[in-house]
Amino acid sequence: MQGEVGTYANARPVILRNAVFIGLAVSVYGVSFGAMGVTAGLSVLQTSVLSLVMFTGASQLAFVGVIAAGGAPATAIATALLLGVRNAMYAVRMSTLLRVRHGWRLLAAQLTIDESTALSIAQDESIEDGRASRLGFWAGGVSVFALWNLATVIGALGAQAIGDPKAFGLDTAIVAGLAGLLWPRLRDRESWTVAAGSLALALIMVPFTPAGVPVLSCALIAFGVATTTLRRHPEVRD
Amino acid sequence: MWPPVLIASVLCYLEKLAGYLLPQRVLDRRSVHHVAALLPVALLTGIVTVQAVGSGQTLVLDARVPGLAVAFVLMARRTNFLVMVVAASATTALVRHVGLMA
Repeated sequence: MQGEVGTYANARPVILRNAVFIGLAVSVYGVSFGAMGVTAGLSVLQTSVLSLVMFTGASQLAFVGVIAAGGAPATAIATALLLGVRNAMYAVRMSTLLRVRHGWRLLAAQLTIDESTALSIAQDESIEDGRASRLGFWAGGVSVFALWNLATVIGALGAQAIGDPKAFGLDTAIVAGLAGLLWPRLRDRESWTVAAGSLALALIMVPFTPAGVPVLSCALIAFGVATTTLRRHPEVRD
Repeated sequence: MWPPVLIASVLCYLEKLAGYLLPQRVLDRRSVHHVAALLPVALLTGIVTVQAVGSGQTLVLDARVPGLAVAFVLMARRTNFLVMVVAASATTALVRHVGLMA
């Protein structure tokens, strides 16, 4: 992906093209999210504010998913925040790479998501002292931000026009969209263990707890499995 | 619904900002990375489960389940996301239309 010679001039057009591709790819999810927000009972404006301000796909989908299931707002907020912890991890990595200050740091924080981090890390950091890596972050972030928000509005307006979501199986579109976010994260034995445990726990919890709590309780499975792994393999401990 | 939307949005932004402002040693630990990577798997599985078979506090088997089954088969075959979502929704709509399931 770097071009034949590792120079900034060679890397630049490739990075910009990939940024546009990533933006177009996530905009498909953006349309689903927009439709999901309105189906969950949010207004078009509220759905758009989530894309503009929250701007982290998995948390957004989870937030409206819990609301759609009739969950309490507090559990929806907590679920969104737990899903967003990884953004803070990305930010730690990006802060040393971007070397941004003041207002630029506020802007960089907003663009710190899966896609911008991935496009940055994919670049050769030795090119002009990280210049290609920084371009990857900013180009990926701006492209995804623009197209994600545009797609959200299109999806939200579309769902509003359709009216009864169940008639078109749109309730399944929500589940399928969430499954689409989950699938690529099921990479190894550990993640499958977490998924199996979470599936079982959610099923057990549904009849006994208010909506939203079954989802939130699955966080315990992640903590439990992570703790077990780190105990069995102390070499990966800090 | 405005207060939860705004609170959740601002808190998720501050979460990102924290990574730029907090001392690196607070967050940059393998155990924290490990949990952060597994949390989406756990929570997304929980939401998919609840959305697929939950209805308030009861578990129901309705037309969403065959739709989701189609989604997983297509993902295992590396089908494009949009095609997968449309096929899953169409399956649910079809099963409802012919009256097999609610």
